[in-house]
Amino acid sequence: MSIEVRNVTKKFGSYVAVNDVSVTIPSGQLVALLGPSGSGKTTLLRVIAGLEQQDGGAVWMNGVDVTEQPARVRNVGFVFQHYALFKHMSVAENIGFPLRVRKRRPAEIDSEVRQLLHLVRLEGFDKRYPSQLSGGQRQRVALARALAAKPNVLLLDEPFGSLDAKVRMELRQWLRRLHDEISVTSVFVTHDQEEALEVADRIVVMNQGRVEQEGTPQEIFEHPKTKFVMSFLGAVNIFHGRVQKGRAIFGGHEEEFEDHPHEEAKPAQGYVRPHELDIDRTPRAERSYPATVRHVNVAGPTVKVELLLRDQQTVVQAYLGRERYQELKLQPGEAVYVVPRQLRIFVQDEDDEDSP
Amino acid sequence: MKGRTDTPWWVRYLVFLMAMGLAGVILLVPLANVLFRAFSGGLGAYFGALADPDTVHAVFLTLFVAVVSVVFNTVFGVAAAWAIGKYSFRGKALLVTLIDLPFSVSPVISGLIFVLLFGAPSALGRWLDGHNVQILFATPGIVVATLFVTFPFVAREVLPIMEATGTDQEEAALTLGASPWQTFRHVTLPTVKWGVIYGVLLCTARAIGEFGAVAVVSGKIAGKTDTMSLRVEKLYQEYQGRAAFAVATLFLGLAVVTLVLKSAVEWRVKRALREAAPSTGSGQAPSEAA
Repeated sequence: MSIEVRNVTKKFGSYVAVNDVSVTIPSGQLVALLGPSGSGKTTLLRVIAGLEQQDGGAVWMNGVDVTEQPARVRNVGFVFQHYALFKHMSVAENIGFPLRVRKRRPAEIDSEVRQLLHLVRLEGFDKRYPSQLSGGQRQRVALARALAAKPNVLLLDEPFGSLDAKVRMELRQWLRRLHDEISVTSVFVTHDQEEALEVADRIVVMNQGRVEQEGTPQEIFEHPKTKFVMSFLGAVNIFHGRVQKGRAIFGGHEEEFEDHPHEEAKPAQGYVRPHELDIDRTPRAERSYPATVRHVNVAGPTVKVELLLRDQQTVVQAYLGRERYQELKLQPGEAVYVVPRQLRIFVQDEDDEDSP
Repeated sequence: MKGRTDTPWWVRYLVFLMAMGLAGVILLVPLANVLFRAFSGGLGAYFGALADPDTVHAVFLTLFVAVVSVVFNTVFGVAAAWAIGKYSFRGKALLVTLIDLPFSVSPVISGLIFVLLFGAPSALGRWLDGHNVQILFATPGIVVATLFVTFPFVAREVLPIMEATGTDQEEAALTLGASPWQTFRHVTLPTVKWGVIYGVLLCTARAIGEFGAVAVVSGKIAGKTDTMSLRVEKLYQEYQGRAAFAVATLFLGLAVVTLVLKSAVEWRVKRALREAAPSTGSGQAPSEAA
């Protein structure tokens, strides 16, 4: 079942949490709402669930306008960040709750609950109370409960937010497999870009109540449309250059840049991820920046090299493969050249806040 | 006695003995006196005093008033605590203050308020009189005065739990398809259950024991508007000390029952409050036996 969010705005007093957002979530997909805290992602999720009344716009599900429907008739499964399990009910009673309020027969409820316990791998836990479960187990109970009424869509608010790193990794891979199994349209909110990139079919990146970019993890990661998306999805190095007459000039090297055909020269920033930087002892034909090696960290799967550019201000990080590092045998203090293999150029706006 | 202070043992024992001694003098000696005086004429006289028709009437009137007050204040208290604890609305602070009002008004003054409100000199009093409705110096007046005095008990006990629980579980219930009533019945009420029981207990004890407010509005007509506490006073004033103390033993029994129930319920209320805070399960398993 698809979800369509049309021009939704939600304010809390004078604070605009969601600002004219339109998003389409295709049927059967697992979509991540990714953004920093305060980006409006949770508010948007709650608007979709009907837990928050929007100030403008509409929500459609499967071609039906559900804007005026209260939460309980939208039939969404909602998984809360802190699980919101009913503390005075056992695991089985929690999972059976949506069936009990729908007045199903006890025998039917029993068999459904058993199937769901099997689905979330918690057989034998039916008589436990939430206080007797670990965080990961509680999260799975919350998920089973949300799925019990066969919801049209599944909404998860920071589903792994309050779990420790290891449980988090396991659960998100499990969620991905579970989704492939039951393929209910699902939206989950996260501030963790790794989680979004690993689990989601599509990612909606949000910032300050607006959608920055929407696409598959690959599109978002490889072709970020804005500086925000670029820097939110991982570590970046910023090189300064300028653009003029359809050309971009970075590090004494010119290349084609169609986005700025104007006569007037403008400062621009080139964004490069650390693994897209190469290091060499001699300057290459491509753009290259003279730099000094400051620090080398060999621990980990890649070798992390910190360098200071010749301007004596800009510090850049480069991640080298182990073979390349063996070849170069870099020493701190050595003069080398930094070569960006790929540069994403953003022209600086006049009203840019993060302009230097 | 164990402690982490450097206070010498004899000082600690001295302080302990002083506290116990004081409690003994002001609590135990009067209590023993009540029992001694009540049974001073033997069991026959004791039960004879209790079987007096006016005394029996006073006991039943007191129980009736207590039941009405407790039922009304429980319904109101839970409803008010629910509204205050789960929603934000204009006038919320005012409502909280109003609930606390009876605590800060002397019971005698509370009674007087109703005398002035329903009495003959007021317009309402004249209107009621014209329609032959008797409130003052009758059972309705006693009920109203008791209601007022016991107003805060249930609401005050339930509110902290309602506030601490937050609205997560209720929101979950709504998304799971529960109606507002189902949500209240199956999710909200069970979480505040022990607070309600505790509030009912305190409310009952106070409703039965109330003297000041009731004394002003009841008119103290024997066999008609005398409650238990008024009966004790009247018997004593009439030099029937033994009968007065016999009725007082009923209060004594009630006090013991209340005390036992109170300590039994108190720790459950504390546990409810502790559990109410949204758990942020950090992943540690108390018993991971899969």
